[in-house]
Amino acid sequence: MFGRIEGPYDVVVVGGGPAGLAAALGARESGAERCLILDREPEPGGILNQCIHAGFGLHYFREELTGPEYAERFITKVIDGEIDLAPDTYVSGVSVDSDGTKWVRVLSERFGLKHVRTKAVVLAMGCRERTRGAIRIPGFRPAGVLTAGLAQKMVNMRGYLPGRRVAILGSGDIGLIMARRLTLEGCEVVGVFELMPYSNGLTRNVVQCLDDFGIPLHLSTTVACIHGRERVEGVTVAPVDGHFRAQMAQARTLACDTLLLSIGLIPENELSQSLGLRLDVVTGGPLVSSTLETSMPGLFACGNVLHVHDLVDFVTAESLLAGRFAGEWAQGVRRPADNISLVPGDNVRYCVPHTLSPEREHTIYLRCKEAMKPCRIRVGDLMEKRLRFVVPAEMIMVKIKPDLLARFHGDTLRVDLVPDAGAVED
Amino acid sequence: MYDVAIIGGGVVGCAIARQLAHYRVRTVLLEKQAEVAFGTTKTNSGIIHAGHHSTPDTLKGSLVVSGGDAFDRLCEDLHFGFRRIGELVVAQSAEEIPVIEELFSRGRSKGIHDLEMWDAQRLRREEPNLSHHLCAALFAPRAGVVNPYEFAFALIENAVANGVELRVDSPVVAISDGEDGGLCLHLGDGGAGGPMGGRVEARFVLNCAGVYADRIAALAGVQDFEILPRKGEEYMLDKRLKGLVRRLVFPVPTPASKGILIIPTFDGTLMVGPTAFDTDDREDLATTDLGADTVFDFVSQLCPSITRRDTIAEFAGLRAVSSSNDFIIGPTSRRGFINVAGIQSPGLTASPAIATLVCEILRSEGLVLEERGDFTPRVTGPVRFASLDVKEQQRLAAEDLRFGRVVCRCEMVTEGEIHHAIDHGARTLDGVKFRTRAGMGRCQGGFCTVRCMDILAQRLGLRLEEVTKRGSSSWIVVPRRSPAAVTHPSSSPQTLAED
Repeated sequence: MFGRIEGPYDVVVVGGGPAGLAAALGARESGAERCLILDREPEPGGILNQCIHAGFGLHYFREELTGPEYAERFITKVIDGEIDLAPDTYVSGVSVDSDGTKWVRVLSERFGLKHVRTKAVVLAMGCRERTRGAIRIPGFRPAGVLTAGLAQKMVNMRGYLPGRRVAILGSGDIGLIMARRLTLEGCEVVGVFELMPYSNGLTRNVVQCLDDFGIPLHLSTTVACIHGRERVEGVTVAPVDGHFRAQMAQARTLACDTLLLSIGLIPENELSQSLGLRLDVVTGGPLVSSTLETSMPGLFACGNVLHVHDLVDFVTAESLLAGRFAGEWAQGVRRPADNISLVPGDNVRYCVPHTLSPEREHTIYLRCKEAMKPCRIRVGDLMEKRLRFVVPAEMIMVKIKPDLLARFHGDTLRVDLVPDAGAVED
Repeated sequence: MYDVAIIGGGVVGCAIARQLAHYRVRTVLLEKQAEVAFGTTKTNSGIIHAGHHSTPDTLKGSLVVSGGDAFDRLCEDLHFGFRRIGELVVAQSAEEIPVIEELFSRGRSKGIHDLEMWDAQRLRREEPNLSHHLCAALFAPRAGVVNPYEFAFALIENAVANGVELRVDSPVVAISDGEDGGLCLHLGDGGAGGPMGGRVEARFVLNCAGVYADRIAALAGVQDFEILPRKGEEYMLDKRLKGLVRRLVFPVPTPASKGILIIPTFDGTLMVGPTAFDTDDREDLATTDLGADTVFDFVSQLCPSITRRDTIAEFAGLRAVSSSNDFIIGPTSRRGFINVAGIQSPGLTASPAIATLVCEILRSEGLVLEERGDFTPRVTGPVRFASLDVKEQQRLAAEDLRFGRVVCRCEMVTEGEIHHAIDHGARTLDGVKFRTRAGMGRCQGGFCTVRCMDILAQRLGLRLEEVTKRGSSSWIVVPRRSPAAVTHPSSSPQTLAED
């Protein structure tokens, strides 16, 4: 029920974005009776609500939806599924009793400060954008330097523009989407500047948001200085060398009143840290087993809080699974601990989950460090598959069948991305 | 006519305003920016010095100890962030030990008796994360940290509550003789919404104009000093490093500055800096690659686990260093015009003593300072929801619904706190941020900016496009309309106000 908190619960989900919605549905599907979603925004749906562009759901629904449409499908199911949903509610802490009972401390106008009792918790807090401070841009600190996501909220949710003449640093997907959005709003986007020699956004976004609108993408280029004391008046951009150092001899200054940053996302794990969960230093998210359980029993994680996904469709798939395992856990199901560690090998930045069990089929998500084309993915000696290309901006997904693992007798499975050695036998 | 007009709402101007509020005098403080404390004060390192750094033969050295001593009482009355966390001056080699010994005896001679010399072992026990090559330290337990902007906000709030008049957006552009024997200050247009022109007459004018003090003095025909701004860049580190270093850490000082420091700020976040680069541009608040290199190359020697990757925010400020390299406080050749200039480090620490000294000077210049008798020294301090215990939070959220609404999630700042800030003088997004910490955390306002803007707009009767980051042309959004119809909010505030 919308706006109700009435514990105790089987599963409490922290976050009502795509991950949280799917996790709650997964928990219900597993048979958990009492589920609650907590969200700090007035409406569930998370960041999807401000993503009014189309392109969501191509994998999951096999149709193209806008963000709010994609969210709506799950919100409807959540309401129909008799899942409690508390909006405008902030989670200020989670504690665990010695018998494993969990208490979620919430704060909201409606409920005041309240402790909610539950058997299992799913962390689905999503991620936040990296800010100017994280990458150190020299210069002044005027108004008009903001993350692309904040600009998106201003434009799409509130009907205000962050400025009129906009430079964009970083080619993350939100930055690319905003380049198009602001152009459609009549702003002038003077260029997108990307430090790396490749785009950090999906290829389809580069094509549809920049190329189609004639917005230049400058690779291996950075913003070396921000000008303007009160409001942004311009930025100095410069190409970078192989060590990402700005080549000031080739720098030029562009007039603009706004600088958007689309320089990466960070899983929002302050709550996980306060619980002392073990985190993956690469993803910034918790270490999880093949049931998406964190280092604390009965505490699960999914979506962008676990690792930053490229497509919401994969967030949904992963979160349904996490929800199911959390729901089972709440109903007393205890599975044997995983006995295989999964570790990133050649050209693999990370892989999730961190351990596997021969009991089930697994979907492994990973990202490469560098683009490769074509290449092969190797999972230990168990399987090898040819991939047309890999790029850091796009997640790679591999399914591993249980019969494969049944034949495996080691305890560590390494995932490598290696160049395709010519002989192609497709 | 006012008895006293103070030019400049930095920490010095605000401290003097509050001191004068004790007496039956008509005082006005003129600040050119949208709020007080938005200049050098906001970028100050926030250190309350024990006093052993400066020699007693300078004015700054003579005011630092009594100024610093005043903070406990001030904090009790004004509820700004302040804590005596202690300070270490660390020796990186045996050659530096005599220097800190010299500081030790200098401190003693100035009456600072609680200084201690620590050997390497003691230092390692107390601060295990500092570099192991550090071989000795001077420990000053009375040194502390303060949130300088909170101090200034509280000072001016209390001054205003006791009858001082505050005028923001009021830059002084000319000074002439007044009609009644005083001085006449001509005000310029302070930016959006500010009054055009206007004048203020006062018997005494206090020049607390910081890095512009020589320019203001020149307007009064006083040209016997110059301000040589010295830029300092500071880098705030991620909250994750809280507790890594528990005390202020100073290297052995050089003649130009006290060096690059590790500062555990009042809120616990570590800050490193400042640099010390002379600049002739009084608006140069840009951080630089050179500055970052200088700070992190140095600090990593003191504490190897601090790296530039930990930075979450950076900023620069300008020290108002005078050509005499000391405070310049006193009457001038222009009758009634009194300088309170060149207030560089340890100006923040000395500010309460400066305020007392300035009152003495005014008295000896002929101003009658008669105690009001009804002076109320206290302000209601802000609630810091995040730092309350759970029971208190529970009570507050039940009592006032606004404390149940979290506006800034990184620092857990509630709507109740935003309203308190506005009730107590915040007029801009930075004003809210520096009073409540909303927007100071990891996400740097990604989540709370729009909410804070909404509350400011609603409370101040502004449209969203009229809310600024820090006044004048620091607009944040423009309305979404057809491009041709949009007027730039900063370019023509009058037209906008009418349409």
